[in-house]
Amino acid sequence: MATEQTNFTALQPEAMISLRNLRVSYGDREILHGINFDVMRGETMVILGGSGSGKSTLLRTLVGLEKPTSGEIWLKGKNIAAISSGEMDEIRKKIGMSFQGGALFGSMTVGENVALPLREHTKLEESTIEIILRLKLDQVGLAGYENYMPSQLSGGMKKRAAVARALAMDPEILFFDEPSAGLDPIIAAGVDQLILELKQAFHMTIIVVTHELASAFLIADRMVLIDKGNVVAIGSAAEMRSSTHPRVRQFLDRIAEPAVSEELDYLQMLTEEHRHPGR
Amino acid sequence: MNFVASAVAISMTRELGPLITAIVVIGRSGSAFAAEIGTMKVTEEIDALETMAIDPIHFLVTPKFIAMIVMLPCLTIWANFLGILGGSLFGVAKADFTFWTYIHASLDALFLRDIATGLIKSVMFGVTITAVGCHEGLSTGAGAEQVGRSTTRAVVVSIFLVVLVDLVFTALFFFLSQG
Repeated sequence: MATEQTNFTALQPEAMISLRNLRVSYGDREILHGINFDVMRGETMVILGGSGSGKSTLLRTLVGLEKPTSGEIWLKGKNIAAISSGEMDEIRKKIGMSFQGGALFGSMTVGENVALPLREHTKLEESTIEIILRLKLDQVGLAGYENYMPSQLSGGMKKRAAVARALAMDPEILFFDEPSAGLDPIIAAGVDQLILELKQAFHMTIIVVTHELASAFLIADRMVLIDKGNVVAIGSAAEMRSSTHPRVRQFLDRIAEPAVSEELDYLQMLTEEHRHPGR
Repeated sequence: MNFVASAVAISMTRELGPLITAIVVIGRSGSAFAAEIGTMKVTEEIDALETMAIDPIHFLVTPKFIAMIVMLPCLTIWANFLGILGGSLFGVAKADFTFWTYIHASLDALFLRDIATGLIKSVMFGVTITAVGCHEGLSTGAGAEQVGRSTTRAVVVSIFLVVLVDLVFTALFFFLSQG
């Protein structure tokens, strides 16, 4: 492990996460065909992509929910593609993930949800946990909501509560899956604001998967566009805006897929769809 | 007619008590295990547990196992008691027993072995019901309709396996008592 660590440092001195030729498959269907990019410490990286592009699979792989078929994922100096589950658990205590629908436990109050990682992984006094809990809820603008059940919260509040839970263990890296999905524009803007605050106040490394362009350009330091399991483009917001890559232009300018004209093409498309049903 | 009391007592404690209790609990709790865990799977709560480095098996399944292994035998004792009480209604109404002679006849007919084999079975049923319910819940696919599917499967598979386990243990106890 020691030699690997030095290699890693030599490779990317500031990279928090490095992906090297990452491939992921479901069964015999390959979703990601060799992904390479780095996320620097303190950077907000937005992973853009359409439905079925593989961006959600990429996120699930980054937090260790999917095992890559090959390639390397260097996270905090360890290749999580090749470590034991015990080591992975240690890394997981240092990352936070906010799921699309919040994924709060319905049988627990908001407070119990946020305190769960602390109660499971630390030996802190109950009074200390109470204080951390209030602090985290305050950070996401949910002070005073600790005794509410998740079902009593609105969509935006659920997402904030989920962020509070992700923050509970003071993670170094925070992952967001579609933070603005299913929220009205005002609430979604509030969640974007929260991400910006976290970035500015705590210099956290943040990785956001989204297809909301407005939100992506607002929060991203850099963004990477994934299409059909490949990295199409990577760069800052300005670089993306001025990109001439046809796929980037199509995505940013919201141009629909060209209509299928030939009867044969249409048949072929249908059979493709049949052979590889979309997830 | 004297056999009513002993027949009811022995069949309740050895077979019907554990089996009926197990089937009711499958409908009530086995399905609930599958539905609860299945819903948690669909809403990514299981994934959330994993990203928080909390083992979903340890966190969700272990307590259910303990609860089931403790409570199913308790419910079985209750079912045995009510079954014998029900038998006494027939005994008093139709078969020349008084309530107390019926209870005495039942107690005379019962050996500790009868009750114990029934309770051992109910523990095994508890293990079966929890294992099937939780397994079906955890193998739920994506989408709400999959939760319904898992729940149905949990009930059907549990009932089938409980009857099978009952068969195996009845045979086992029979041959053990022979030997």
